[in-house]
Amino acid sequence: MNLVPPLVPPAFRLAVVSAGVSEPSTTRMLADRAARAVVTRLPGTDVHVVELAPIAADIARGLVSGLLAGPVQEAVELLAAADAVIVSTPVYKAGISGLFKTFIDVLDNDLLIAKPVLLAATAGSARHAMVVDDHLRPLFAYLRAIPVPTSLFAAPEDWAAAETSQRIDRAAAELAALMTSGVGRDIADGGWSAYQHTFGGNATRSTRTPSGINLDTDLMRLARGEP
Amino acid sequence: MQFGIFGVGDIAPDPSTGIPRSEAQRIQDTIRIAKAADELGLDVFAVGEHHNPPFVASSPPALLGYLAAETKQILLSTSITLITTNDPVKIAEDYAFVQHLACGRLDLMLGRGNTVPVYPWFGQDIRNGVPLALENYNLLHRLWREDVVDWEGRFRTPLQGFTATPRPLDGVPPFVWHGAIRTPEIAEQAAFHGNGYFANHILAPNFHFKPLVDFYRQRFQDYGHGRAQDAIVGLGGQAFIARKSQEAYSRFRPYFESYPMFQGTSLEQVATGTPLSVGSPQEVIDKTLTFQEGFGDYQRQLWALDLGSMPVEVVLEQVELLATEVVPVLRKEMGSRRAPGVPDAPTHASLVEAAGGSREARPRPNRGDNTSGAVPYLDAA
Repeated sequence: MNLVPPLVPPAFRLAVVSAGVSEPSTTRMLADRAARAVVTRLPGTDVHVVELAPIAADIARGLVSGLLAGPVQEAVELLAAADAVIVSTPVYKAGISGLFKTFIDVLDNDLLIAKPVLLAATAGSARHAMVVDDHLRPLFAYLRAIPVPTSLFAAPEDWAAAETSQRIDRAAAELAALMTSGVGRDIADGGWSAYQHTFGGNATRSTRTPSGINLDTDLMRLARGEP
Repeated sequence: MQFGIFGVGDIAPDPSTGIPRSEAQRIQDTIRIAKAADELGLDVFAVGEHHNPPFVASSPPALLGYLAAETKQILLSTSITLITTNDPVKIAEDYAFVQHLACGRLDLMLGRGNTVPVYPWFGQDIRNGVPLALENYNLLHRLWREDVVDWEGRFRTPLQGFTATPRPLDGVPPFVWHGAIRTPEIAEQAAFHGNGYFANHILAPNFHFKPLVDFYRQRFQDYGHGRAQDAIVGLGGQAFIARKSQEAYSRFRPYFESYPMFQGTSLEQVATGTPLSVGSPQEVIDKTLTFQEGFGDYQRQLWALDLGSMPVEVVLEQVELLATEVVPVLRKEMGSRRAPGVPDAPTHASLVEAAGGSREARPRPNRGDNTSGAVPYLDAA
């Protein structure tokens, strides 16, 4: 008789964002392989994939109108609830996909603070290999996310190379290490008030209730007419 | 409960001709709309402030001063008065003057304004928007309540022995609403003073601003002005009404689709996802009742009806449908659903009563300043 309850590993939530548009899409394949490598390390991880192509028009309309349609809002909530994120974009015209950037543009600035992120890009030529580190990495630095040290990039020839699998494995190990360490949560919980936030924003810790508003600030004192 | 309409004096091309109205025409149209609202028994007419084309509404006090003479019963207000780029001293003077002209039928709504270049045009910086709004209102509040003000702040030149004239009618300042949709500090300021809080939630998802309204209610109670449910809340809205839902959509669509602000959206998306009501009188009534369910009992509902691209005849028809088919039902329905004891928005009469009577400001002879000698008014000790 076993009196010790079975050890249940914590179930992580992993969000995958793919801006690939073909069917099948190598951009999605790269993201899927990274996600599988994470799940191998952390069994029981819930993987939720957000494909941007089917909601492309909603994303564009969201940027212009400020109103996020249902599917875009659902994608935002998936990101907010995720312990880590894998993002994967094709390279177009020597840069990341405009669709991917537009999706990032409609997110609240504080949505991904201290969130571990694996960066991935695909291109038609190895000449675009630096796009992932030159474009995606600064973008996620701006969002104050934690990109893993190893980025993924795949040109056509990489799909036949054993190094690609090794690289995917390495990046996934880095992401899994950040997920199990809880470092993202610690940073966000510990320093949340030090970041600038939008009231009623989408981030998991954003202030949505009256009790969450900090009354002890210079501006709040000015509002009360205190010197 | 007060029901009314608000606008910002915008001009956009008529979708059927492609030609925008002249500024002269727009001003005359606005006057016709205000007079119709007054005659049809709406409670509030509010006009906004802008300082760039395609808006004509640069001077709400001038327009409201004229309307004070041309209307009988309607309460005149602003949507909004820029508390950031206007000198609070001039706001105190102008609106106190209009309050006299309107015999007390005036209140105002303060807002920050989001047109970036307007700030430098008036010597300010939009990055200071929030502290500027807070500090300017702190000064305005004192100018209307203290005969002689000494003041020093961060943004405006200091004042020594300054008296804003005329003193508010009967010694009671116009009631102030603070308009804000994403700034807790503005809600805090409104709650601190027991002023009104107006959430113009058009152009945003339904109930997106409810947390801020809840915050204002809670702080209103914390500061001892009453229960949270008694806090003075106003909401924006937008409507196009026709006998039948389908007719409302087909008639409104050209104005909506040609309007620059709505580019990239669809009428269906905005009508479903935001407080815009398009439909039969009953549909507009039903949607407005959801505001009461969602935000709690509130005191003022304003609708934007006169889109800049809409001919005045269409707007006048909208005002009539609103005033005769929608508002009377809402008055009854919202009244019957209202919790006991929830107050109406303050009016001049109720504020005079609360102050324990009216005051007549009779100035003493000019001394050139108010820094020495007796106070500037006979009745002040």
